[in-house]
Amino acid sequence: MSLWEYANPTKFMRLSGAVLPWVSALAAISIVSALYWGFFLTPEDFKQGSTVKIIFIHVPAAMIAINAWFMMLVTSLVWVIRRHHVSALAARASAPIGFVMTLIALITGAVWGQPMWGTWWAWDPRLTSFLILGLFYLGYMALWEAVENDDTAADLTSVLCLVGTVFAILSRYAVNFWNQGLHQGASVIRVDGVTGADTAEKVSNVYFYPLALSMLGFFLLFVALVLLRTRTEIRLRRMQALLARERVN
Amino acid sequence: MPELGKYAFEVVLAYGASIGLIAVLCGASVWRAKRVKTALRAVEARRDKS
Repeated sequence: MSLWEYANPTKFMRLSGAVLPWVSALAAISIVSALYWGFFLTPEDFKQGSTVKIIFIHVPAAMIAINAWFMMLVTSLVWVIRRHHVSALAARASAPIGFVMTLIALITGAVWGQPMWGTWWAWDPRLTSFLILGLFYLGYMALWEAVENDDTAADLTSVLCLVGTVFAILSRYAVNFWNQGLHQGASVIRVDGVTGADTAEKVSNVYFYPLALSMLGFFLLFVALVLLRTRTEIRLRRMQALLARERVN
Repeated sequence: MPELGKYAFEVVLAYGASIGLIAVLCGASVWRAKRVKTALRAVEARRDKS
């Protein structure tokens, strides 16, 4: 069995229809449990006070915001190379999810930054690259809507996705590239021996476990929403084809 | 409600805004999925009749 079989819309619809309820249920259970655990059951941090609880939303949202773009990159490349429509539609379906996650990461970051850094916003490398990533998401969605021919739209958005990948990478690694700015380095999952900002202290297990659960929940939510929205895009494409046939007859 | 101290507003605002945005995203996705599914069924039914 090959992965490419699922580029067939019928097979994709069958598999995704079977998987979607389970992934959705697991996502709901994970997120509700993680946020309850993080909000109600974790102690205050000695430096950050109760604002540490924002980490349970901020980090998973930022993780999805960046990785959604990488998923769009892979599906866009599959479209460009192999011309599988499901792949292009999956990329289109992911963009609003990535945009909302970027928005959540920016909002929660600003709300956390105000009491901790004394400012809602700073033109820090990571914050700025994240803001540009959000603008790329907006541009990507606008381009899909603006171009009437679906295949042309898929081609153009794929090119935009390739360009925007630079900012997705910068969003993730800005603190390593430029050892400056307010945003701290990775403290959740990091490789020992990394120099620069990533040598900062590691998050305590008291916060790590609910955070890991929250990251799992956000990942499952992303998968569920991508499946749901891709199914919708496939149905929409089929409806447009049927309507076009009606008009011809 | 846990004791959030002097940062209660910030924490509640972050959670409220995020949960609200996620709810809107999920709600809009489900609503659009249902709307398109219903519309496609109607088109398919029309095609089957003719």
